Amino acid sequence: MVHEWALAEAVLETVTKLANENKIGSIKKVYLSIGELQSIDIDSFKFALNTLKNDLNISINEFIFEYEKARFKCIKCGYEWDLNDIMIKDEEIKEAIHFLPEVVHAFIKCPKCGSQDYKVVSGRGIIIKRIEGFS
Amino acid sequence: MIDPRIKIIDKRLRDIKYIYALSSSKGGVGKTFLSVILSIASTKIGLKTGLLDLDFTNPGCHLLLNKDIIYNFPEEDKGVLPYSVKDINFMSIAFYIRDKPIALRGEDIDNLIKEIFAITIWRNINILYIDMPPGLSDEFLDILNLSGKIRLIIISTPDLLSIRSVERMLSYLISYKKRIAGIIGNMVYNNEVRKLALNFGIKYLGSIPYINHLNNIIINEGIEKILHKSVYWSIISDIIGNLI
Repeated sequence: MVHEWALAEAVLETVTKLANENKIGSIKKVYLSIGELQSIDIDSFKFALNTLKNDLNISINEFIFEYEKARFKCIKCGYEWDLNDIMIKDEEIKEAIHFLPEVVHAFIKCPKCGSQDYKVVSGRGIIIKRIEGFS
Repeated sequence: MIDPRIKIIDKRLRDIKYIYALSSSKGGVGKTFLSVILSIASTKIGLKTGLLDLDFTNPGCHLLLNKDIIYNFPEEDKGVLPYSVKDINFMSIAFYIRDKPIALRGEDIDNLIKEIFAITIWRNINILYIDMPPGLSDEFLDILNLSGKIRLIIISTPDLLSIRSVERMLSYLISYKKRIAGIIGNMVYNNEVRKLALNFGIKYLGSIPYINHLNNIIINEGIEKILHKSVYWSIISDIIGNLI
């Protein structure tokens, strides 16, 4: 099983702790933002979430996935770009970024000035955006 | 917006009895060497040992263990499994950047630390050593705050610059005193580091003398060769005895 399992565990651990802290027994929806840069395998991630949630002491009815495009802003020249502007062809580089998204700084340069000093503005990885319907 | 990685970290570290971050405000005092030699010695006394290289912009542990190991990604099984080398469970950013240079700002460092702790599955280890970068910046602050289980081993040489730097570090850490496991003097030729520990009421874990031709030994014979000399084995195993 791939490392999406570990990320799913992290999501459920967080949701469970928040629910326990608030004495909540069931949750309607968990909204998750899925960042493009980490390129997680969404089917594996969903499978892990749905398998692991069966072992929890709370019920979660549904996970809602919202996809966020990865965007970058160069700190040197101010140029902004996204992954469509810089095709990453090397599978090993894709794989490295998949595990640790920040290593993008070792492989990708600003398309305008060539600097590796840039900010990942959005779409880095997985964020819990909202938890709805505590009851 | 909630970062899901924070709350899983305690679970990832739950079953590790001892976690030590080898730290110093001063660079060049031997943190990487000590992280690796303590790891190797720990395996030899029967401890199941992990080693995490947190020096993201200048990872070096793999160079002392086996420079070629970074050319394969660690395996996955419900997370990332540390790579086994010299009986050590080893994790490093070097597996992912190889020999590429990388410069990172604070937010990226913070993200990397959380990601590595969240996805790395340390199975069946008793003791984890963390090789820290020098200084009192993001990595250092994150390690202090991410888990109360992580204790600091502070390294200093007897040189004036190191002693003064580590004095400032210890003053900063005054409210974290329980988190300090002790101080190791490295490349020691006098009592300055021991006196520093005494002045701050911190345990002195041991002195490692300057090792002649260390670089040649590492390159030609392998770092574990150092432990074949009884004087060094005795010092290093005594330090580990102070840690467990």
